[in-house]
Amino acid sequence: MSKRQHISAVVNGDPVDFLTDPGATLLDALRDDLGLTGSKEGCGSGDCGACSVILDGRLVCSCLVLAVEAEGRRVETIEGMADGSKLHPLQQKFLEHAALQCGFCTPGLLVAAKALLDVNPDPTESEARYWLAGNLCRCTGYDKVIRAVMDAAAELRQVRV
Amino acid sequence: MSHVEFIAPTKPEQAAAALLAGGAHARPLSGGTDLLVQLRSGRLPPGLIVDLKRIPEAIGIRQEGGGFVIGAATPGAALSEHRALGLAWPGVVEAANLIGSTQVQGRASMAGNLCNASPAADSVPALVAARATCVIVGPGGRRTAPVGSIAIGPGRTSLAPGEFVLEIHLPPRPARSGDAYLRLIPRTEMDIAVVGAGVNLTLDGDGVVTEAHVALGAVAPTVLLVADAGAALIGTKADEAALAALDAAARAACNPISDKRGTIEYRTKIAGVLARRAATIAYGRAEKRA
Repeated sequence: MSKRQHISAVVNGDPVDFLTDPGATLLDALRDDLGLTGSKEGCGSGDCGACSVILDGRLVCSCLVLAVEAEGRRVETIEGMADGSKLHPLQQKFLEHAALQCGFCTPGLLVAAKALLDVNPDPTESEARYWLAGNLCRCTGYDKVIRAVMDAAAELRQVRV
Repeated sequence: MSHVEFIAPTKPEQAAAALLAGGAHARPLSGGTDLLVQLRSGRLPPGLIVDLKRIPEAIGIRQEGGGFVIGAATPGAALSEHRALGLAWPGVVEAANLIGSTQVQGRASMAGNLCNASPAADSVPALVAARATCVIVGPGGRRTAPVGSIAIGPGRTSLAPGEFVLEIHLPPRPARSGDAYLRLIPRTEMDIAVVGAGVNLTLDGDGVVTEAHVALGAVAPTVLLVADAGAALIGTKADEAALAALDAAARAACNPISDKRGTIEYRTKIAGVLARRAATIAYGRAEKRA
């Protein structure tokens, strides 16, 4: 076995330390070492987006990031999205629009949608659909997801005014 | 992926020495969107991974000597955010941004796309048409090579043991220049090119093409720079006769395979069509860049 490495990073605003195998992915570390099981492994090859996290401000698939690469980096996961028991507007709108069925893809879709609204508070429907093209859902058919994202974007713009 | 070793040096020479010492299974890591998939699937045996992202020169976009220097590990998302790069080289940026999803764009680099050596790599025809070069670091020091000389076959590169690409350089841009990249896929997003075509050209004050480069992807074992297709545009205003000659030259250069994405005949025909359309877009962009 390769020697485990000590990694210090910031996850959802909190400093964390963990030991990891150099071949382990960031997704492995989040789920198995840090107990953050919201991010899911769907494909393990960067196609499905269920493991989406924000790494130093960029949306990435955590299954295609080595845990050791996270040294000194900032990671945002689905667990950091709600403010305590108060849901993020995206989470609330996903519930209102029934934008989920089995829920497996939902954490990735929410993180990806948040990354979109962080950089583009007023996306067109077309922009939202292209942005979320890397998040696969086999239940909803996407329309409800897009409606929820557009509605959340509108609400967030109101809050900002 | 057990039995993987990992280092993240901060100097290019350290990376080259580590890659050389790591032997045949050592690999540089930029975005990892190809490398980690290949390691996890077992297509690549585990070995030493040398992360390039802590090397300052390997990250970011710099304007130098009238051109642009793009660090090897710079992700596609950073290219799309760089206004000056997008104005000077819209074709290169659109080619790189066609690769994968938003998540992939958060990591994937043009140098990785180049060194993965897929015949269908989207950014490579645009870079070849742009006459881009790369700075390669190795145990013997640094050298510069044309982007088109890196891939020598599917999955194979001309890089020697210990060598890796540190930077991609785009040359100074004359006024009235434009570039464009188009690819055909059977859907709107998230697929591999059936054919790709990159065109880069420069006009004189009267709108006559003075320089033109045409490159094709996915129609041969490596990306093709089609000199005859570029020559067909020179001295013209990219009129119908010139575009027909370019179309014919592009088709004549094709040496594709038939596979599930397309037959030899289909790929050859589409190569001409995409080269025409890319030339028309590049011409329009050049006219607007006074």
